[in-house]
Amino acid sequence: MKQIPTAKLVELYYRRALSAMEEIYGITIFGLRFFRYVFVPPYEWGEVRKHMDELGAKSIPLLTVVGTIMGLILALQSRPTLDRFGAGAFLPAMIALTIVRELGPVITALIVAGRVSSGIGAELGSMKVTEQIDALEVSSVDPYNYLVVTRVLACILMLPLLTVYVDFLSIFGGFIAEVLAGNTTFQLYFSDVISATTFLDLIPGVGKTAVFGFIIGIIGAYEGFHTTRGTEGVGRAATTAVVLASLNIIFVDMIIVQLTLMFFGA
Amino acid sequence: MESDARDILIDVRDVWKSFNGQAVLRGVSLQVRAGASEVILGRSGIGKSVLLKSIVGLLVPEAGSIRVKGEEVVGLGPRQLNRIRRNIGYVFQYAALYDSMTVRENLEFPLRKLTDLPEDEIARRVEEQLRLVDLAEAIDRMPSELSGGMRKRVGLARAIITRPAIVLYDEPTAGLDPMTAHDISDLMVDLARRFGITSITVTHDLQCAHIVADRISILEGGVFTHQGTYEELRKLEDPLVRAFFQAVT
Repeated sequence: MKQIPTAKLVELYYRRALSAMEEIYGITIFGLRFFRYVFVPPYEWGEVRKHMDELGAKSIPLLTVVGTIMGLILALQSRPTLDRFGAGAFLPAMIALTIVRELGPVITALIVAGRVSSGIGAELGSMKVTEQIDALEVSSVDPYNYLVVTRVLACILMLPLLTVYVDFLSIFGGFIAEVLAGNTTFQLYFSDVISATTFLDLIPGVGKTAVFGFIIGIIGAYEGFHTTRGTEGVGRAATTAVVLASLNIIFVDMIIVQLTLMFFGA
Repeated sequence: MESDARDILIDVRDVWKSFNGQAVLRGVSLQVRAGASEVILGRSGIGKSVLLKSIVGLLVPEAGSIRVKGEEVVGLGPRQLNRIRRNIGYVFQYAALYDSMTVRENLEFPLRKLTDLPEDEIARRVEEQLRLVDLAEAIDRMPSELSGGMRKRVGLARAIITRPAIVLYDEPTAGLDPMTAHDISDLMVDLARRFGITSITVTHDLQCAHIVADRISILEGGVFTHQGTYEELRKLEDPLVRAFFQAVT
C-alpha cells in the first residue's frame, strides 16, 4: 500500500481543521444574524405559521410512533433490572424522570433534526441553485428574513410543544408495557408519575428544546444558503445539515445538563 | 453619436470583478439610454451574467461605478439597494419561479411586497399580466407543471408586473426550441413597446439578439470589444466578430 508522506498528511489535516473552523465561524455569524433580524420588521407571521405546520405538525405521526415505542422499550428493559434490586415499584418514577429530563427532549430533537434540518437544507439549497433566492432579493425581499428567520422561529416555537407531546406518549408507552405485564393500574402508575415529577424537572427539559430548535433551523438554513455545485450540492447540504445538527444537539445538551444541575440541583 | 447624459438610464464605468483571483470583468463600460434595448453577446462563462447581477446589486464589483437612474449602486446598503431595485425587473435564465407557489402566487408576490395595492387590484393585475403573455389558463398551475417556454413567460410576466422602467434579461431563450425562442423574443419587443421598457439582454442566441437589439455589445476577455447594430456588426471583417457570427449561425 502506498504511504502518504507525513508533510502531506499534516497539510491535509491542517486544511481540514481550517475548513472546519471556517464552517463553525460561518454558522456562528449566520446564527447571530437571527437575533438582529427577529425583532425588526417586516414580520412574516404568515410564513412562520406555514412553517410551524410544515416543520412541526407534520412531524407528529413519526413522533407518535417513536414516543410510544420509546416508553414501551424503556419499561420492558428496566423492569427486570429494577426487580433484581427490589426496586420495581420505582419504575413509573424512573420512566417519568428519564423521559422528562433527558430522553424526551433529546430524542424529539434528533428525530426533528433528521426530518426538518435536512428538509430545510434541501429546500433552501434547491432555491439557491435555481436562483430563487436571488429572485427574492431583486424583488426587494430580504431572503434571510423571509426564508431563515421564519423557519428558525417555527422550529423554536414547535420543538417544546412536540417535546411535551412525546414526553406524554412515552410515559403512556411505559404504562402500556406495565399494564400488559400485569404490574400496575392506571391510577397507581400515574399517581407515581405525578408525585415523582416536578416543574423543576419539566421546565429545563422542555426549555432546552427551544435551543435545539434554533440549532436545527439555523444549521439547515446555513447549509442550504451555502449550497454550491448544483443538485449534487443540494444532496450534500441535506446530509451535512442532519449530521451537524445532531452533533450540535448532543454537544449543547451536555452543556445544558451541566448548567441545569448547577442551577436546579439533581 | 454621444448620448445626452440625462438620457442615460444605466451607466456602467470601468467595472472590475474577479472570482478566486481570476478577473472576469476587466474594466467594462456601458451606457444604456432610456427606452433602448441593449444586447450583450458573448461566449458562455465570459461574464455576461456577472455584469447583469452587478447592475442589480446581487454581486459587488471590486472597482468601478454602476449608476441606475443616476444613483450609484456599488457600495449601497440593502435598504438603498431595494429602493433602486423597485425600478428593475429581472428575468432569470431558468425563470427562477418560486416552486412552492402557484403561477398566481408567483405573480402576486412582488405586488404584495412592493406595493400597497388592494386585493382586487392585485387579482386584476395578475390576470391581465398572464393574458399579456398568453398564459391565462395556467394561473393555478404549479411551476413544475409548466413547459420551459411557459416558465420563461411567467418569469417575464413576474418581472414586469410592478411596471419597472428597466428589465434585465439573463439568457431569456436558453434551452428553448427555435420557434419558442422566437416567440419569447417577439414578446420582449412587444412588452418593451407597450410599457416603454429599457432593457439589457444577455444572450448567446443571435436570433434573439437580431429581434430585440437596438445595439449589440460583444463581451470578450472581460471588456466590450465591439459595439453596434446587428447589421453593423454583421458586416465587420474583424476575425472575432466573424467567428462569433458564423459559429452561432
